[in-house]
Amino acid sequence: MATANNPQPERTNYLNASYGPWSWLTTTDHKRIALLYLLSITFFFFIGGFFALLIRLELLTPQGDLVQADTYNKLFTMHGMVMVFFFLIPVVPAVLGNFLIPIMIGAKDLAFPRINLLSWYLYVVGGILILHCMLTGGVDTGWTFYTPFSTAYTNTKIIEAGLAAFVAGFSSIFTGLNFIVTIHRMRAPGMTWSRMPLFVWAHYATSIIQILGTPVVAITIVLVAAERLFHLGIFDPKLGGDPLLFQHLFWFYSHPAVYIMILPSMGVISELIACFSRKRIFGYNFVALSSIAIAVLGFLVWAHHMFVAGISVYAALIFSFLTYFVGVPSAIKVFNWTATLYKGSIRYDAPMLYAFGFLGLFTIGGLTGLFLACLGINVHVTDTYFVVAHFHYIMVGGVLMGYLGGMHFWWPKISGRMYPEGWARLSALIIFIGFNLTFFPQFILGYVGMPRRYYQYPPEFQVLNVLSTAGSTVLGIGYLLPMLYFLWSMRYGKPAPDNPWNAAGLEWKTTSPPPTFNFDEEPVVTWEAYNYEEIDTEHKEEVPVAR
Amino acid sequence: MSEHSTSEHSSSEHSSSLTTYVTIWLALLAGTALTVYASTVDLGRFNAAVALTIATCKALLVALFFMHIRGASEKLLKLVVLSTIFFLFILLALSMADYGTRLWS
Amino acid sequence: MHDSSTAAVHGEAQSEPHGHNPALLHHFAEPQQQRDAASLGMWIFLATEVMFFGGLFCAYLIYRLKYFGDFGAASKTLALNLGATNTAVLICSSLTVVLAIYGAQRAKRALMLGSLVLTIILGFAFLGIKTVEYKEKFEKHHVPGASFQFENVPIPGHPDQYANARHAQIFFSLYFVMTGLHALHMIIGIGFFVWLLIAAWKGRFTPDYYTPLEMGGLYWHFVDIVWIYLFPLLYLIDRHP
Repeated sequence: MATANNPQPERTNYLNASYGPWSWLTTTDHKRIALLYLLSITFFFFIGGFFALLIRLELLTPQGDLVQADTYNKLFTMHGMVMVFFFLIPVVPAVLGNFLIPIMIGAKDLAFPRINLLSWYLYVVGGILILHCMLTGGVDTGWTFYTPFSTAYTNTKIIEAGLAAFVAGFSSIFTGLNFIVTIHRMRAPGMTWSRMPLFVWAHYATSIIQILGTPVVAITIVLVAAERLFHLGIFDPKLGGDPLLFQHLFWFYSHPAVYIMILPSMGVISELIACFSRKRIFGYNFVALSSIAIAVLGFLVWAHHMFVAGISVYAALIFSFLTYFVGVPSAIKVFNWTATLYKGSIRYDAPMLYAFGFLGLFTIGGLTGLFLACLGINVHVTDTYFVVAHFHYIMVGGVLMGYLGGMHFWWPKISGRMYPEGWARLSALIIFIGFNLTFFPQFILGYVGMPRRYYQYPPEFQVLNVLSTAGSTVLGIGYLLPMLYFLWSMRYGKPAPDNPWNAAGLEWKTTSPPPTFNFDEEPVVTWEAYNYEEIDTEHKEEVPVAR
Repeated sequence: MSEHSTSEHSSSEHSSSLTTYVTIWLALLAGTALTVYASTVDLGRFNAAVALTIATCKALLVALFFMHIRGASEKLLKLVVLSTIFFLFILLALSMADYGTRLWS
Repeated sequence: MHDSSTAAVHGEAQSEPHGHNPALLHHFAEPQQQRDAASLGMWIFLATEVMFFGGLFCAYLIYRLKYFGDFGAASKTLALNLGATNTAVLICSSLTVVLAIYGAQRAKRALMLGSLVLTIILGFAFLGIKTVEYKEKFEKHHVPGASFQFENVPIPGHPDQYANARHAQIFFSLYFVMTGLHALHMIIGIGFFVWLLIAAWKGRFTPDYYTPLEMGGLYWHFVDIVWIYLFPLLYLIDRHP
């Protein structure tokens, strides 16, 4: 077992098992595929971020002076499309999930390694399509593609963008399929459901949503394309069609999609909080089952995106009522995480800083979701910056914090190197400050009436907009720093021991980085998850090596 | 262990007799004839219900006997099928919650 | 931990307690696990297909309830005999599929190969009949678009009222998308079965290993079930004489 003072000599692991681009592009090793995803997803994250930067630059001044209105429509559309379909939905499952799930359950790979590779190629094809779409004019409907503008009136490249989302959707479906079969069929001896890390439970629930929801948006995109190409009249009011039908079908997926985004991050948070409080997650069963509950309940609430669109008021009542329920399992998780912290032995390493950030920001985002569930409030703040702030608190404050925390936590395992802790803590702080400076003013802006998707606004809103743009600059710097020091660490970082955090979990029982087939011998599990008491009793004399 | 497991498996779990298959096939054809006939009879609002009931019975026969859900030892496959139908039902039912009530107010 | 069970886990051929099946992939411990994984995987894929078609059924449901009379009128113009024949064709093809698997399970090569050939033929028959139907729709200007015409078609049960052409166009839009998507799945299914036929011809399937046949069968039956619902919903809305 390696320690900080005695790193292992270079041994064969998944990174050096074979060399050359072809060995990477034809790999079926889930760990290599995870890294392929890491590269492509990071690329699209910065593309989406670039559009965000342009949006915030335009909004520095009340007049529309940086770009024209049509261009601005394209900016927020492309920001949304790229961030939703090519970053938020795949990031945690495809990078961390792909890498860790087989190892966490003691398997040698996912159930269908070749389908895993296919998933990545589908993502790349979708990515190429969206890039080409952007470079040849883009789309201006908003990432939500509402009809009849998208089917009958816009001249932008809807079909290409829709095709990109369609292909990326199948990447997501196959990932979910792979995870479900893997978790059911490939667990090592002794790895019962109740011994699985909560990270795995979270991805299982996510995969259910991916399987059931994504096909509906896929067929919806097909219908939009068919309407544009063949002049079919399914959403066309001139033919008696209902544009709202599009919204029903679209949001049937797109609401559960936000749970695809957040659940895996919640799985990460469970792992981080357990490790850095040195305690088993309080209420393991509740946290595990709340993931499933979120997956199920998340399918029942979609029309809360349509309260002011023209649905019947009775439907609005039903969906508002149901929406309150979906907040409950999320709250259960937050309570259990907090209870885990209580009387824990807290360590403030960078991953834990991200976890703390998540706890606060996700709570704010979630609570403001409940405000939006209330019909009376919703009528006033729909389509304002209040909604924009709400979902960015969850997406950025929640998903992204969880992802970054997970990347830091598992970086030693993935790369075999330690990242620089000082820089990591500084970056976490910069991101936290930058994030709040960007998005908290937007709650106020929405409340006082600034609409979303507008490139100009009344002058009295400028101060808040300037604060928001300033925050986004800080946030951007915060995102660049981990990019830089992770890259730096691959060459100059300290070689990582097998278990730098003394964490529980099967992934820490194999080498950093792991061998191609994950374990030298198939593990047989005889202990419960998060057995930190046992671990800490064994290692009482050892100095923790993470520093 | 090896000699017995696979062939036993195949005959008990994943196969019915030829008689069963042909019977189901005939039942499916009969169901088709029945549904065509029923559509010519004026049952008012029940025409749709009858047609869907017959279709569902046919689909069940295919799923249970041709796709071998009936013989499957694990509850998991049944859970997958039932969950899928449940969520499809949610899509249809909650959409109708909007469309069905639009004219109420 | 360094005994044959470890070697089995690594998929080595040497000292395994059960005979090493060449079809066993390295990351599975034993053939049954691989079979169970394939089966669960295919069922989950079928679940995604149910939801994929489900969106169309949702659109259909909403418009049928809204424009019942117009949908009835449009439905009545579909060729009932061709639709019913196609239903029978698919049902027969589902039988030939289970017969092919039956043959593989009992090493009855002739039955297996013959049934696969019949399945493919029946699949092409379905597509052929569909082509005839589509051609007829094209000739009668029932294809949605600029040349769509639906004049003076009475609503079933209300001979004094004519169907609304705009609403009828929605029916036909759904008809073409739903049956077109179904036909696309048929084409993919036929392609898959051609591959299965070739593999079966080469002797790849034995009583110990016929998983691809089973998986193809599951897919084919699913496509059959979709048609079992499409037929009454599209063709049989109102056939009262």
